[in-house]
Amino acid sequence: MSARRIFAQPARYAAIAPYLWMVLFFLVPFGFVLKISLSQTAIAQPPYLPVFDLAEGWAAITAAFSQLSLDNFGLLASDSLYLSSYLRSVVVAVISTLMLLVIGYPIAYGMARLPQRWQPIAMMLVIVPFWTSFLIRIYAWINILQHDGLLNKVLLALHVVSAPVVWLSTDTAMYIGIVYSYLPFMILPLYATLSKLDASLLEAAADLGASPRRAFWLVTFPLSLPGVGAGALLCFIPILGEFVIPDLLAGSGSMMIGQTLWLEFFTNKDWPVAAAAAIALLVLLVPPLVLYDRMQRRQLGGAN
Amino acid sequence: MTEESPDIDTRNIDVSAQHADVAVADAPLLRIEAVSKKFGSFLAVDRLSLDIKAGEFFALLGPSGCGKTTLLRILAGFETPDEGRILLGGSDIAPVLPHERPVNMMFQNYALFPHLSVRENIAFGLKRAGMARAAIDTRVAEMVALVKLEGMEKRKPDQLSGGQKQRVALARSLARRPRVLLLDEPLAALDKKLRESTQQELMELQRRLGMTFIVVTHDQEEAMTMASRIGVMNAGRLEQVATPRDLYEAPASRWVAEFVGDVNLFDGDVTSHEHFRLVVATRDGGNIVVVEPRQVVTKSQVSVAIRPEKVKMSRRGSTPDAAGSQAINRLEGVVTDVSYLGGSTVYKIQLDTGAVVRSSVANTTRLDTDACSAGQRVVAWFSPDDCLVLER
Amino acid sequence: MVRQVNRMSPFNVTSLVLGLAFLYLPIVILVIYSFNASRLVTVWGGWSLRWYFEFFNDRAMLDAAWMSLRVAAVSATIATLLGTLAAVGLARGERFRGRALFSGMLYAPLVMPEVISGLSLLLLFVALNAERGFWTVTIAHTTLTMCFVTVVVQSRLASLDRSLEEAAMDLGCNPVQAFIRVTLPLIVPAIAAGWMLAFTLSLDDVVIASFTTGPGSATLPIRIYSEVRLGVKPEINAICTMVIALIAVVIVIASLASKLSSTQGKSAAPL
Repeated sequence: MSARRIFAQPARYAAIAPYLWMVLFFLVPFGFVLKISLSQTAIAQPPYLPVFDLAEGWAAITAAFSQLSLDNFGLLASDSLYLSSYLRSVVVAVISTLMLLVIGYPIAYGMARLPQRWQPIAMMLVIVPFWTSFLIRIYAWINILQHDGLLNKVLLALHVVSAPVVWLSTDTAMYIGIVYSYLPFMILPLYATLSKLDASLLEAAADLGASPRRAFWLVTFPLSLPGVGAGALLCFIPILGEFVIPDLLAGSGSMMIGQTLWLEFFTNKDWPVAAAAAIALLVLLVPPLVLYDRMQRRQLGGAN
Repeated sequence: MTEESPDIDTRNIDVSAQHADVAVADAPLLRIEAVSKKFGSFLAVDRLSLDIKAGEFFALLGPSGCGKTTLLRILAGFETPDEGRILLGGSDIAPVLPHERPVNMMFQNYALFPHLSVRENIAFGLKRAGMARAAIDTRVAEMVALVKLEGMEKRKPDQLSGGQKQRVALARSLARRPRVLLLDEPLAALDKKLRESTQQELMELQRRLGMTFIVVTHDQEEAMTMASRIGVMNAGRLEQVATPRDLYEAPASRWVAEFVGDVNLFDGDVTSHEHFRLVVATRDGGNIVVVEPRQVVTKSQVSVAIRPEKVKMSRRGSTPDAAGSQAINRLEGVVTDVSYLGGSTVYKIQLDTGAVVRSSVANTTRLDTDACSAGQRVVAWFSPDDCLVLER
Repeated sequence: MVRQVNRMSPFNVTSLVLGLAFLYLPIVILVIYSFNASRLVTVWGGWSLRWYFEFFNDRAMLDAAWMSLRVAAVSATIATLLGTLAAVGLARGERFRGRALFSGMLYAPLVMPEVISGLSLLLLFVALNAERGFWTVTIAHTTLTMCFVTVVVQSRLASLDRSLEEAAMDLGCNPVQAFIRVTLPLIVPAIAAGWMLAFTLSLDDVVIASFTTGPGSATLPIRIYSEVRLGVKPEINAICTMVIALIAVVIVIASLASKLSSTQGKSAAPL
């Protein structure tokens, strides 16, 4: 591997600047979150104690450690507001992911069965909305879902309902927003696996006497499961930490953990609790991330 | 190889005749001394030594994974040997980085720079060498003419056919006038017809430029056609280094005999050994008489090798004088399989003793009314001079 | 038989059409209503550019838009530079000490909820006593978007034929020259795509910017967000339409660049 070794040294020098950047602006801030989550609230600016003073050196560090407390995590565990927002995040993420699967699968399947030359165009069409600002996409739905919005007008005109329905500030609106925003994340991995499926497998199934429907359930669907897993996790993970969509579309009744964090931080100015909520959210993300990583590895292993 | 062995014989004679008049200095241009290279626990090159003289067209032949490409990459400087020395014109180049070596390589996939034109690709190495602009222009024009790509200078690699790409790659690696040109499977990506004509062109080019070529190939026909000497590699070692003719007619080992061309092998024990004349009692082929002037056989356990085209065959009794002669090895059996290959036909003969022998017969006439068919009893015979004894 | 088995069923066609309609209809409606003359967002009052003029007279919105464009351009540029360097380090650096931490730091922000990224950076800026505004938002966006640039450029580098670099060295280039003369021209489309991705991500972000900006320097998404919370305004439709148009231009350039890259190398830069 020495040709590669000749390249390796300059390449490592190239990594120094981004390395330092990420340490300073990712790793260190993350350390702050950890530390402040273990601090006391204070009515001051910044609103937390103790302030880490590097100028005082090691003594300050040991002093800081002696003042750390798990009170904030205790609060998270005991206060029903936090527990319920924790739970709601998981419920919303699970339900959204299932809805995305049910809606995304037929679309991805349809794409994979398009004539070859149409497939890149269809893929582009699915990706383009992802490039459009998601805030704008949510706003577009507010346009449609509001009291005198297009949806109510259509429903009234068709005599499906007799009076305008309240859509905004409901869970329905939130689910519509989530499904709309994350649909490309579900479709693309599904399409990737479905389009790679060997067409001759279906021919073989038909040759062996399976009807198209049976062939789908016996051949296509089982072989697309890696795509289902990837798509589901690619949606589930970010939905868990979602803030903007529930904030704009759901009612104010119950909150997801991202909203709780935001509320503690901006409204209640309780930074230590917000930091603790952030840590709690990260802990929630670990199992699906580990699962996703393992799936990717298995697929890579299977390819070799 | 099974396809046209007689063809190759005549070509080999041509090749060795061509190379007889190439002036070859006594001291080797390139000396590889006990070079080893390990990848993890895999020994790719195993204490390999080899001398290559200036002006040689040398082929490294071997199955995939035998280490031939690794050896070539060591010569180019892309791999550093774990042990051993590489002397080019007497000085060790093992520590010299690839871009400072007076050696160039033609890559298997050509590795043409897709963002540069044909002209820019060929000029690439010359610019790095700090050559003057005018000199670069002259050299590029010369190279373009050499590989017959006039009028293509402005094209990008993806606007070229496979054969044209191959020529650009060749011109690019020749442009710096390297002391040794390394070619990694230079013809593997071309189709059969183009490959044959390109082989001839490469040979002509090499002779005209008087340069030293080292080519890596897994295609024995290609190696035999082009090279003046061939090194057969297996599991990181050189099994044999010889001219194409010697490689085929006098393989050094059972492995080489089987790898280069088709061969019938009989395992047996030497029962008598007078001068060069041996009698081998084979396990299932009866006694075979061999004349082996080449090497002293010390072991009694041997294999007798005979190339299929040297096994003659006739229907039982039709040529009694030849078949009945005591001076030759005579085997009787039944034809079990006939494979018509165009230039020749290969017959598989199940001998009465149990062994299977293949005989390759040149199809010298268009209509062969006398051809054998499966199920016929035949006599197969071969001369003791055509047999080889290989120690097991 | 072949055709029958692999032909699209009516179900396939329907789901594809409905799916694409679902994806595009809300945006199309939004764009159409941005040209509505009526103040009531849902009553059609004829075609008009009124709300576009409204925007161009709205000082606060214009300031926010200008701030966003500056942040996006500067952060995308720094992120592209750093992300490309990081990609080179990961794709060509082989094994080095701290590699696992490095790639971990570059991948974590991709899955990290924005509220956490925003919160953590704000805590840093507070601790450093940095004045919050243009530069804090720019640094925050650079940190997030350089990870995306790294992924895009790294996958292009990984798909690049290594023998091209070897050929360059064989022809007399040292590793740095080989990179500049051969590798860099071939990954330029991926770098360009990375820049555009970074630019649009920055233009899109509301959460991280909310955390890291200071008083008086709101970005466009922050302003849109606070307006949207108060209800639908036709002016917002006009602004959104212009942002969509800007992003559409960026996409067209990016796809042209990726087409260019696919004709020059083995695979196109992933968008």
